[in-house]
Amino acid sequence: MNILELHNLKKFFATQKAVDDISFDIKQGSIFGLLGPNGAGKTTLIRMITGIFYQDEGKIMLDGKLFNPTTDALKIGYMPEERGLYKKMKVGEQALYLAQLKGLEKNEAMQKIKTWFERLEMQSWWNKKVEDLSKGMSQKLQFVITVLHQPKLIILDEPFSGLDPLNANLIKDEIYRLAQEGSTIIFSTHRMEQVEQICDHIVLVNLGKKILDGTVYDVKQQFKNNSFRIKLAAPAAHIASNAFDVLSNDNHELTVSIKPDADSNDVLSYFIQNNIRIVSFEEILPSLNDIFIQLVEGTEAMSRAFQKVDN
Amino acid sequence: MNKIAIVAKREFLTRVQKKTFLLTTILLPLLIFSFYGLIIYFVSGNDEKYTIAVADEANLFKNKLKSNSTISFSEVPGAIKDSLNTWIRNEKYNGYIYIPAGVTVQSLSSIEVITEETLGIEGRSDIQDLIDDALNEERLLAQHINPSLIDSARQKSTINFQNIDGADQSNSKFEASLAVGYIGGFLIYIILFIYGTMVMRGVMEEKVSRIAEVIVSSVKPFELMMGKITGIGAVGLIQFLIWILIVMGLNAIVVQFFPDLLTAMQNQPVQPGVIAAGSAMQQVEANGGLSILSSLNLPLILGCFVFYFLGGYLLYSALFAAVGSAVNEDPQDAQSLLLPITMPIIFGIVILIKASSEPYSGIAVFGSLFPLTSPIVMMARIAHGIPDGVTVWELILSMALLIAGFICTTWLAGKIYRTGILMYGKKITWKEMWKWALKKS
Repeated sequence: MNILELHNLKKFFATQKAVDDISFDIKQGSIFGLLGPNGAGKTTLIRMITGIFYQDEGKIMLDGKLFNPTTDALKIGYMPEERGLYKKMKVGEQALYLAQLKGLEKNEAMQKIKTWFERLEMQSWWNKKVEDLSKGMSQKLQFVITVLHQPKLIILDEPFSGLDPLNANLIKDEIYRLAQEGSTIIFSTHRMEQVEQICDHIVLVNLGKKILDGTVYDVKQQFKNNSFRIKLAAPAAHIASNAFDVLSNDNHELTVSIKPDADSNDVLSYFIQNNIRIVSFEEILPSLNDIFIQLVEGTEAMSRAFQKVDN
Repeated sequence: MNKIAIVAKREFLTRVQKKTFLLTTILLPLLIFSFYGLIIYFVSGNDEKYTIAVADEANLFKNKLKSNSTISFSEVPGAIKDSLNTWIRNEKYNGYIYIPAGVTVQSLSSIEVITEETLGIEGRSDIQDLIDDALNEERLLAQHINPSLIDSARQKSTINFQNIDGADQSNSKFEASLAVGYIGGFLIYIILFIYGTMVMRGVMEEKVSRIAEVIVSSVKPFELMMGKITGIGAVGLIQFLIWILIVMGLNAIVVQFFPDLLTAMQNQPVQPGVIAAGSAMQQVEANGGLSILSSLNLPLILGCFVFYFLGGYLLYSALFAAVGSAVNEDPQDAQSLLLPITMPIIFGIVILIKASSEPYSGIAVFGSLFPLTSPIVMMARIAHGIPDGVTVWELILSMALLIAGFICTTWLAGKIYRTGILMYGKKITWKEMWKWALKKS
């Protein structure tokens, strides 16, 4: 079942087409990656899904019904990239206020805040002012506020920026847990290694258009170039076959590219026939980072900075 | 619970629960009162007494030189100039007047007052008046005219102003209306500024601390804006109520212990608002106490005050909120954006002065109908009552226009606010804000 369906969404600003005819579906309980370079239209897209902006054209279906920003606020939890809290307000009051704005009753909100504060060991923060919290602490608070009302759809924009590895893992575990409990998570980030780790399904937008849509596995399969890494027990000097080209030969380790009319078994049988012992044989799949760069590079968006990640 | 109410409740509570709220609410009137008290004390309380020796060898004054509270003359018959000079140096006298023998009232050309220190401006005019009084009497006597005859001939006539319907338009009532209207208009002017800026700063805080986007994902921007305006308006009402109570309390105490203070206040060029307040009370006391105030239509004035207070606040605070939403981190940007908003308010106070003395002049009628100035200007006209200051249909039209104006500015401001609150980094001009306001949603 799809929790969210976007049909031909369009949002044009005076100077640019921020979102230009984007459609995709998100399955309930999935962790969904919304990717794209800076200025691709991700934030505009998210703002339409959260009801902050109205689309110029197209429609949004939430939970099988046409999305209504006024009544559906309780179904959505949104943590924007530009996040902040009232600095002078106490942590507990702030959480309560924001939960009430979402539409929770006071008692119910209070109870949920307590549960979450206990789970993330934040009970002692209740009477602290937000300005006294560290950046990581306020990020944690922000996360709790986002998911407090058990939204069906949680939208997280760069949720790990500014978090140390320990807290990042803590939040990551909570995200998994929420997904298991049936919440759907839209995850918008530039950090491709996190996307590979966490997301089931991704959509890549660039210049307001969707340019890629699929599961992480499918996308990788789609962009692989049939190369394999082979480790040999002993160095082999002359390797040549009709089935593959040797891209590099570094003593024990070979990188080969299989020719279109051959497959991986042909490669293996070559080594077996030549009595060269293989230690390991693995397919080289492109990283999302590579795919991203390959797709976005050369378009206008590339003039903007993009975070490079080593895999 | 309605979301506007939740927002308003927070805006109200966070402000009222602050220690500074209690401090400013209670201390500010005390501070202002003691500040004016000090000014009045320094300006009027300088009871520097001058003693002037008069060596009148010509017997010009014939002991008719009277003294008053600050200047006292003492005749020193037969003193010579040298000893007078020594007396001044020894500070036995502050100064002296020497009239040589043989001078008559007719032949007198000038009188020299010799002092050690320079005389203050009030001392000078006091001496001038006292000497003039004495000499005028002498001159009249020299012409064989009885001064008391002249006094009895020169009297102020009593003129009663009435309109054609026979309604009382006496000076005392007119002056009381003028003062009441002035105070009302001035209060609304202050309210618009204080609470308008408070709304603006609240919006800026939300924008700068980046919480706006979190909130507008659960509340409509318009609800957020209205909640803020309502909450701060409630703070304003409470604060004003406390101020009025404190001022009334202090007034009672002050009048009890310093009965002359108000009289003194009225004579000092301190501040228009205070003068008006002072003169209003002066009027009340001088012209048969409360009877003058009760001759004004107080329920009407109070009712209109509350209406124009709320209407003006709602109209302007929406505009202030729009400006707050367009400003980035730099508060200086706000200054230039505020100018178009503060202009009509200041314009209103200028018209107020004219309207309080001439309620039916063209500019007063315009100012009291135009929604951006009417909250201030109408106070001046309404204080004169119906129909002396304003006609019924003008009042109704003005109220209707104010309501329409408030709906209009709130609607426009809401649209600017919605776009502005999520816009970062760019410096916004009025032209752009206007574009946002006219944009289709």
